[in-house]
Amino acid sequence: MSNTDTIVEVSNLDVTFQMDRGQSHVVRDVNLDVARNETLGIIGESGSGKSMLASSFLNAVIDPGVSTGKVMYHPEDGAPVSVLELSDSELDRFRWEEVAMVFQGAMSSFNPVTKIRTQFRETLQDHGRDIPAGMDRAHELLESVYLDPDRILDSYAHELSGGMKQRALIALSLLLEPDLLVLDEPTAALDLLMQRSIVTLLDELQTEYDLTLVFITHDLPLLTTLADRIAVMYAFNLTEIGTTDELLYNASHPYTRALLDATPDLNVPVDEMSIIKGSKPDPVDRISGCSYSPRCPIADDRCRSEEPPMMTVRDAHESACFYYDDAPDAVPISAAPDERPSSGRTTATEGRDN
Amino acid sequence: MSSEPMLSIDDVSVAFTDGGGLFDIFSDSETVRAVNDVSLTLGEQETLTLIGESGCGKSTLGKTAIGAQQPTSGTVRYRGQDIWKARNDAGSASIPFDEIRSALQIIHQDPGSALNPNQRLRTSLMIPLKQWYPDLSREERVERIHTLFEQVGMSPPDDYLNRYPHQLSGGETQRAVLVRALLLNPDVILADEAISALDVSLRVEMMDLMLELQELFQTSYLFISHDLSNARYIAEKSGGRIAVMYLGEIVEIGSVDEIMENPQHPYTKALQWATANLYDDGGDATFPLRKIDVPDPTDLPSGCHFHPRCPEAREVCQRQHPERIYIDDEETNYARCFRADEQHEYWNSPEITSGSSVDSS
Repeated sequence: MSNTDTIVEVSNLDVTFQMDRGQSHVVRDVNLDVARNETLGIIGESGSGKSMLASSFLNAVIDPGVSTGKVMYHPEDGAPVSVLELSDSELDRFRWEEVAMVFQGAMSSFNPVTKIRTQFRETLQDHGRDIPAGMDRAHELLESVYLDPDRILDSYAHELSGGMKQRALIALSLLLEPDLLVLDEPTAALDLLMQRSIVTLLDELQTEYDLTLVFITHDLPLLTTLADRIAVMYAFNLTEIGTTDELLYNASHPYTRALLDATPDLNVPVDEMSIIKGSKPDPVDRISGCSYSPRCPIADDRCRSEEPPMMTVRDAHESACFYYDDAPDAVPISAAPDERPSSGRTTATEGRDN
Repeated sequence: MSSEPMLSIDDVSVAFTDGGGLFDIFSDSETVRAVNDVSLTLGEQETLTLIGESGCGKSTLGKTAIGAQQPTSGTVRYRGQDIWKARNDAGSASIPFDEIRSALQIIHQDPGSALNPNQRLRTSLMIPLKQWYPDLSREERVERIHTLFEQVGMSPPDDYLNRYPHQLSGGETQRAVLVRALLLNPDVILADEAISALDVSLRVEMMDLMLELQELFQTSYLFISHDLSNARYIAEKSGGRIAVMYLGEIVEIGSVDEIMENPQHPYTKALQWATANLYDDGGDATFPLRKIDVPDPTDLPSGCHFHPRCPEAREVCQRQHPERIYIDDEETNYARCFRADEQHEYWNSPEITSGSSVDSS
């Protein structure tokens, strides 16, 4: 699968936690490629394993979690890096300089007792960078997230609003010029206007700094405004992946379709809103067959005994459902227009030829 | 009871002042006008939803409406009785303050911290009944709690009543808090971001439950949210209105149709933009604000408070504060924006071209 367009290649990735009541398997056999300069969205409910998958990109799954399998990172030039095999000192350099991550809850990512300036400087210092040049870049980055650099750098974290802190954190994460930025729910806990503003900003930053973005969220409408491709996770498995357009207009996994249908939409009459029935499985219990089968309206005996592999629906659109062809008729989406708009959605990578 | 509306709020302002602290004696005290000259009425079994960004004053207005926060100026009346007069001058009041307080209830944003973690649910729910209805026997109190638990779908009630708050899921906790508010048979419930902490899939269920109980108990709701799609859901299903708040003022208020289909205020449009729909073709991708951040509330902009962020702002907006411009004949629904008035000098005023969007405040 490896080619020059791929920046991260995930193969047979498992993440497990050893717990008193058994082994908790929170990511199961995930295979996924991230293309250079794309925005990949990873969507799933709380506890679906999406944060663990993303943390594996930097080998940052916290103890006692263990990632096994392979995560290959391909720098723009130079030899590929096997992320899960890096030593601690190699990881220190790899994180921030190649791949940076922005966590949920910017409130706790800044040190409360030092000024923001100190934290920018320390990051430069720890990585042996030239401080004056680095601080110039800090100014530039802060301006590009619509902040007043001098005011922000002279503030303590508590003096900034949630939206300002989150943007300052995005600027900090880009300080050492990473190629890949992993964002885990970067807009949760902010109000909607700020969420959408930040997503608009990320789109601008991606173009300006030639970034690859991996954006993790449970908020589907927000994601579709930004992502080129979307990967859907359900119960620790990757269940469907495709371009944003394909997933919106031709979702071929019953779970994705139920998720689309359950998403609040201002255009849908309130009486037609629906919920996904049933509840998600426990990571310790191993469901036989397809993990969605207990909630799926079209599941049959085959689904309950045999685990569906990823199957190609068309081109790069894959679904882990035996009945991907039947799913669209079996699970209707009330907000979806009858016809896919001919022009389609224009996303960031279209027209970029690499 | 009377022709008076259940709740009427007239020209209410609430200001908070800091300072007076030991280390602050040499600095100027700063005043935040959290609510600025707001007038509203809430009728029997009516639902009003308040939306706006964090810090716009919607919670303060909500608390002022139910008598939990004293206004700096203006009056809040319950069935015609001034709430704060009833409290401070009990002799002249036609409705005692205690009765008013128990008629106006609140559900908080974080249900987990609204219940005592060291008490079983049963104890937490018995206390308000004991306090307000000392004449009820223990059996009668238990019966009332049981009936309500059945109604909110927590059955069998004893199963839940013996639990501590940490043994409940988020949705169950929120329902228990709703039961506690309903125990006192209130006329108004202030639901302050009551569903925001729930999973998206549970929100519709919780809103449906609240609306069902509204029918049953004939309660009025003051529903606060930052999410337009939730506000629209509850307002549309209950036939209520939506009020949009910005920096302490109601900048637009109207029916669901007026707010959703034909918003007058550019801020309402920005909130709509923020509530992305899945199947919009991305047509209006332009950013609807000139600045991302809300200005410092201790130093409000001149003229229209929204003008530094407004994409439609013109010169007149910098110097003149827009009054209410009514958009219906009964004069209940309005927008505080010159653009709602076709005759206004706004239309001849020069556009503001200083396009810098970097936050310089």
